[in-house]
Amino acid sequence: MNDKLIIEFKNFSFQYYSQSEPTLHDINLKIYEGEKILIVGPSGSGKSTLGHCLNGLIPFSYRGVTEGSLKVKGKETNEQDIFKLSKIVGTVLQDSDGQFVGLTVGEDIAFVMENDNTPIDEMKERVLKVSKMVDMDKWLSSSPYELSGGQKQRTALAGVMIDDVDVLLFDEPLANLDPATGKTAIEIIDDIHQKTNKTIIIIEHRLEDVLHKDIDRIIVVNEGRIIADMNAHELVSSSILIENGIREPLYVTALKYAGVAVTPEMKPGHIYTLDTSAVNQVVKNWHLSVVKEAKRTLDEPILKMDEVTFSYDGRKKILENINMEIRRGEMVSVVGRNGAGKSTLSKLLCGFEKEDQGTIYYLKEDIKDKTIKERAELIGVVMQNPNQMISKPMIFDEVALGLKLRNVDPSEIEARVEKVLKICGLAPFIDWPISALSYGQKKRVTIASILVLNPSILILDEPTAGQDYKHYSEIMSFLQEINQTGVTVIMITHDMHLMLEYTPRAIVISDGQKIADTASSVVLTDRKVIEDANLKETSLYNLAQMVGIEDETRFVQNFIDYERQVR
Amino acid sequence: MKMKLFSYNFENTFVHNLSGLTKLICFLFLTFAVMFSYDIRVILSILLFSLVVFRISKIKFKQVKLMVIYVAIFIFTNAIISFFFAPEYGVKIYGTKHEIIAITKSISLTYEQLFFQVTKLFKYASVIPFGIIFLLTTNPSELASALSGVGVNYKAAYAVALTLRYFPDIQREYSDISQAQQARGLDLSHKAKFKDRFKNALLIMVPLIFSTLSRIELISNAMDLRGFGKGKKRTWYNMRNLNKNDYLALGVSVFIFIVSLGVSFFINHSRFYNPFI
Repeated sequence: MNDKLIIEFKNFSFQYYSQSEPTLHDINLKIYEGEKILIVGPSGSGKSTLGHCLNGLIPFSYRGVTEGSLKVKGKETNEQDIFKLSKIVGTVLQDSDGQFVGLTVGEDIAFVMENDNTPIDEMKERVLKVSKMVDMDKWLSSSPYELSGGQKQRTALAGVMIDDVDVLLFDEPLANLDPATGKTAIEIIDDIHQKTNKTIIIIEHRLEDVLHKDIDRIIVVNEGRIIADMNAHELVSSSILIENGIREPLYVTALKYAGVAVTPEMKPGHIYTLDTSAVNQVVKNWHLSVVKEAKRTLDEPILKMDEVTFSYDGRKKILENINMEIRRGEMVSVVGRNGAGKSTLSKLLCGFEKEDQGTIYYLKEDIKDKTIKERAELIGVVMQNPNQMISKPMIFDEVALGLKLRNVDPSEIEARVEKVLKICGLAPFIDWPISALSYGQKKRVTIASILVLNPSILILDEPTAGQDYKHYSEIMSFLQEINQTGVTVIMITHDMHLMLEYTPRAIVISDGQKIADTASSVVLTDRKVIEDANLKETSLYNLAQMVGIEDETRFVQNFIDYERQVR
Repeated sequence: MKMKLFSYNFENTFVHNLSGLTKLICFLFLTFAVMFSYDIRVILSILLFSLVVFRISKIKFKQVKLMVIYVAIFIFTNAIISFFFAPEYGVKIYGTKHEIIAITKSISLTYEQLFFQVTKLFKYASVIPFGIIFLLTTNPSELASALSGVGVNYKAAYAVALTLRYFPDIQREYSDISQAQQARGLDLSHKAKFKDRFKNALLIMVPLIFSTLSRIELISNAMDLRGFGKGKKRTWYNMRNLNKNDYLALGVSVFIFIVSLGVSFFINHSRFYNPFI
């Protein structure tokens, strides 16, 4: 590392024309060449705006008022243009799907060079070279539909690196990736940092996942201001994370539960630097003292899949001989890598697709002949993106839609909508337009619009995708309340925290087959299952090993039980 | 999974492997050849040729069935309407009048009119396979590079390519949204009344439009950040030099074009072939 400044914010403020308040206040920040920086903050903290200022989307695409100065490589950004800035700061956007502009990998990587009017031979040569760096050289003629999420991200990275930029900016690189792919992404970024010594800036709220590899400094942003600028060890030991709604690493939470005062001397910034030698006994004692949760007695099975097989084209089986049983009032996760068949499973349950073989029972009844509409009154499905469901401008109308389409009596509609809005904490907004709501509230509206039909089972596709810790906790505790009213909840997810903390049981699908159906703590400590389902070992497992606890699964279970009791 | 209807699918055929620019130029020459000539002999030969090319490019009829039906309806309506607007047009062109039946006092069906309209019908029918072949065998970005190769502004060319590129994405999103809305009780089947069906379709279109708009914002940011629109010119990664097959295809198209012109100028001495004299 050297001490040559590459980015310097000086008393920098920014306000979007469309907003009444500045989004960034008085930012002072220096970043030096070759540094690897992580910017964390909850949603709406201004961290993405900060990133937009660096790559020139602000002020050139999103207009607003800037004050103070921002210099990139010694030049004021205001006096340049987005094209010049993009030659210095290369950006890998959050949504690797949407930013895939080309029709093939090669073309997408070459996009910058095409725009630079580079001769074709030179372009092909560079594309090949860069694609080798990210291990995509075998895929140059593949289309985005043939690629996994991780491969799309590698392509995006190559497309930025081909330009030999000085700074690589990653805007929430982990948002759409499963845990194992996310881990690999962090490793690739680290690898590139070491090989090229480019300045790396990562914007992300999944702190623990980024801390899988070294980070020089972490900048905490909240409410448009820089709250902290320190190394990982200091940050994790402080109370800044919790105060600002950012989830601390799980092993740190576990240490705190055990009564350990986490200090920078223990090097707790990364699990691989953590030194617990002084506190091993404390943790062990705590492990033994945790009161085990009584096993919940389970009701009758409400949903049963018996040898269900399905294929779209009659050849490749998407699901094969799936047997499972969900009991009334359960809260279950369905996990597995992208394309494993999880979404197809939920489509079968809702009747969007029909099983080829086998039977699906609701209570004891075969529901093969029920239409989508009829099934929706038993099994409701909430899509991942609320914007894909909302079709009315007003909250009341949106929630009432399902009832209106069923020709329910207007007075009954009103009563039922009011009731469900109350449950969902949306009662004060009944006359509001949906556009005035936050993302999390919109999510609630979509859940309410399904709940109003009184289904006894609710299926949610990635209910917490892209949510920061605060919204995640809100949505999950809301779902827990719904669950406690007797609704069975099935969640399709990648989120290991969600699995651990909220669903006692997890069903793992891999290549169309059910490979595990057991306690979440068991799933997340089983090497084989973790690998097949593209999950990642929880850091609690490593912590247990570190302090010398033999039954790692029990330790994870204890952590879950303890957390339930204190929450 | 649903067949990809009317969108580019790669197959390893002679036609697919031609460069996009070649295909565009061939398409233009062949279209002009047909459009210029009203000689049914020329038109039928080209129609035959287009069906052969259709075969070579391994396009399945299933992929284009819907399109063909729409076009057929259009052509027949067009034929009927043009008859009623100008029932004597054939007589005017060919200079003779052989009546088949009189429909009213002033309108009658003549051999000349029938011949003219049949010629016109085949004219349309022989252009359409070329259009279908061109669209289904050219990948969107090659299409863009081809358009820009013949002088279309590259931003406009890229817009066309992007539309085709994201079409399958939007189709998928449409089906997701429509399923979710059906679960809420939306009836899209023929059982619902027309007025309701229209209203119900709106319930799908609104979320689709919003999600498409946010997709557009994302794409345009991604393109800005990577320097799209910076210069007056850009190069194309998948543009390649023309090879033997390209020149062969170009040669054949130009030949057909010249023959079509030649027949008009030197044999018929007019754009029309007149069997009545």
